[in-house]
Amino acid sequence: MPTLRSAADLEKLRKDILAKRDPNRPCVTICSGTGCHAYGCDKVSDAFEKEIQKQGLKDKVDIRRTGCHGFCERGTLVVIFPQETCYLKVKPEDVPEIVSKTLMEGKVVERLLYTDADGRKIVHEGDIPFYKHQSRIVFGNNRLIDPKRIEDYIALGGYSAAAKTLLKMKPEQVLAEVKKANLRGRGGGGFPAGRKWEATRNAPGSPKYVVVNADEGDPGAYMDRSLLEGNPHSVLEGLLIGAYAIGSHEGYVYVRQEYPLAVENLSIALEQARALGLLGKDILGSGFDFDVKVHRGAGAFVSGEETALLTALEGRVGESRPKYVFPAVRGLWGKPTNINNVETWATVPLIINRGADWFTGIGTAGSKGTKIFSLVGKVNNTGLVEVPMGMKLRQVVFDVGGGIPKGKRFKAVQTGGPSGGVLPESLLDLPVDFDELTGVGSMMGSGGMIVMDEDNCMVDIARYFLNFLAGESCGKCVPCREGIYQMLKILNRICDGKGSESDLELLQEIAEVVRDSSLCALGGTAPNPVLSTLRYFRDEYEAHIKEKRCPSGVCKALISYYIDPVKCQACMICLKNCPVEAISGGKNLVHVIDQEKCTKCGGCLEVCPPKFGAVVKLSGVKVPEPVPRGTEVSRVHA
Amino acid sequence: MAQEATTIDSVVSAYESDSSSLIQVLLDIQRRNRWLPKETLKEVSEKLDVPLTQVYHVSTFYKAFSLVPKGRHSLCVCLGTACQVRGAPRLLDKVVDAAGVKPGATSPDMRISLDTVNCLGCCALGPVMTVDGEYYSNPSTKEIQDILAACK
Ligand SMILES: Cc1cc2nc3c(=O)[nH]c(=O)nc-3n(C[C@H](O)[C@H](O)[C@H](O)COP(=O)(O)O)c2cc1C
Ligand code: FES
Ligand code: FES
Repeated sequence: MPTLRSAADLEKLRKDILAKRDPNRPCVTICSGTGCHAYGCDKVSDAFEKEIQKQGLKDKVDIRRTGCHGFCERGTLVVIFPQETCYLKVKPEDVPEIVSKTLMEGKVVERLLYTDADGRKIVHEGDIPFYKHQSRIVFGNNRLIDPKRIEDYIALGGYSAAAKTLLKMKPEQVLAEVKKANLRGRGGGGFPAGRKWEATRNAPGSPKYVVVNADEGDPGAYMDRSLLEGNPHSVLEGLLIGAYAIGSHEGYVYVRQEYPLAVENLSIALEQARALGLLGKDILGSGFDFDVKVHRGAGAFVSGEETALLTALEGRVGESRPKYVFPAVRGLWGKPTNINNVETWATVPLIINRGADWFTGIGTAGSKGTKIFSLVGKVNNTGLVEVPMGMKLRQVVFDVGGGIPKGKRFKAVQTGGPSGGVLPESLLDLPVDFDELTGVGSMMGSGGMIVMDEDNCMVDIARYFLNFLAGESCGKCVPCREGIYQMLKILNRICDGKGSESDLELLQEIAEVVRDSSLCALGGTAPNPVLSTLRYFRDEYEAHIKEKRCPSGVCKALISYYIDPVKCQACMICLKNCPVEAISGGKNLVHVIDQEKCTKCGGCLEVCPPKFGAVVKLSGVKVPEPVPRGTEVSRVHA
Repeated sequence: MAQEATTIDSVVSAYESDSSSLIQVLLDIQRRNRWLPKETLKEVSEKLDVPLTQVYHVSTFYKAFSLVPKGRHSLCVCLGTACQVRGAPRLLDKVVDAAGVKPGATSPDMRISLDTVNCLGCCALGPVMTVDGEYYSNPSTKEIQDILAACK
């Protein structure tokens, strides 16, 4: 492909790509995102290639490997265009049938379709309830793009926003549009992007830098990675537009090295963009120069904090700096630097193309547009979801997420990652909105949304996050380093059944000090998991302390496993499975757990056949006296 | 040793001996060699003209680097929040039991290393672990034993 020298060149290329495509030609789209990768999508792809060849369709059917579609719960996902027939949980064995039935005969393979609650089969991807309630303006193109082919992005109108910006708009106009759109940062703080851009543009000093934050340290969140893997050009186009508005000619993408596919797809995208002249000198004949480097992060949660990230870009250890001077004024190498999250950048081309008015038409008064969440945990439809701001948490968890598996009861939803809060059922009608979430002691964060059910202990969850944060605190400032550690010690004590009533007050006090006096936002928000659980689940803390009871049966020190002699059928399964040989008994003899030896791994409960249900978990009550050794089952049952 | 020196040379020159590329250089060497021996750190320090203390600071700060040799097989249990709420601690216990190795450690015979991570990006499979890059969703004790037996 020749270098593009103008908007007309770009448009011509787009038309040429489309002209070569027959819209009626079947295209088998195979999700090759990280989730589906784990299900073995590569084998499915290979099977399609082989089978299509075998059945003589090689010149009649296209195959496209895309990024994550979102519905990871049901991977590997296969969507066949133009009908958009969506097959779920596809295995290599299913491929011959799909090829002969759907591709050859135009029929649908019923058993691979989505079945709704009423038993109806759903053929089209967009009609599946999981997708129907979403607004996938940023993430939705993933399913239409092979991230390794820039043509796919250009065919959808990719880089037209950049062309419009560079050739038809003044930098000030771009700033004005982004400000008017009230695009707020998707990486955590929700700071208005337009204002930050303007500050960087107006700051004295050059060169200026623009940075993509793809560190995504939030454990249990994978939306930034999936966007970068599945649609890297959307991020690059946003970055290019921002660079133009700010007056920067050098950009960086900071992406964790644990995301090899993201690094690979991004590097390919950069090469292809350069080859077309969409990066480099005199982009599209505009006279504007811009190029991007990839920097792999070595994995540390604090590295995602912007000042720490900039230090890491300079090749040093990623520790935070005090923020009395913002990166916009003094950032990378001491120069004005603008840093935004992956999703923030990817939203920019949409705003330029469709206008700020369109964007502000979506969302709430203070939060515009959509937000991508990584909806995970105890929820039926695990996956990546993009919903308009203002949607209620309840709708996200139940309508999109399909509710809680195994008929369990919803207990809490956690947003904002380790810096966020845990919200109870009574707040399920809260809208997804930066300020509303902060108001109740959580935050939007970068988009982790973890659903918990009745079996999750809230004290244990607080402890989990603090344990994570204790390991991730860079150690530079005392309140964060010591404060988190002390809070963790108290939580460990409570989970071990050794907590006292004064601990709760102490926790609260330390939490407030850490929040108010830490150097960076890691410490500043670290108490959130503690404060929010104390606020909404105080009864669980009290049960641990006063009754030595873990209501969810999680905290090992407070639970015991017990075999109900009346229900035990002496089947020997638990006995054989106990890793520490704590279970005695034998053929026809009632099984008994030796409480001294038991390590509370729960293995016996897992293997006890449900029809017997003899093993039970007890908490806060005394374990009944065991039946005498050698008691026969028949005697107890009679 | 000669072999190793050329690797370091080629990695360093790929970054034009730029001192700000320290983390990138270490990542590349870590990926090829799977750990960072002391001599390597010294060489990197000389070639990039970065104080050895800073090389150590970086290589001990980040989780991606190992200053001790790694086993032939790599086990990785996800402790991300999604996996955590679905029982990752139990899975980790089972793996530790079966492998006889604690998280972050390597078996004395250099057969396996066990590590934990914070999200493998496939939360739908949680709790999940990988063995040499293959994914396993909530494997049973028996399955873990079989997987380990296959690690020679
Ligand atoms: C401890 C900590 C970790 C963070 N991790 C990330 C991250 O992984 N990704 C991200 O985009 N922002 C992260 N942030 C927020 C960044 O500091 C910064 O606000 C953000 O990248 C700015 O981009 P935005 O305005 O587009 O959100 C983190 C902040 C803190 C305090
Ligand atoms: S990775 Fe395939 S749907 Fe998410
Ligand atoms: S939290 Fe384990 S895979 Fe995401």
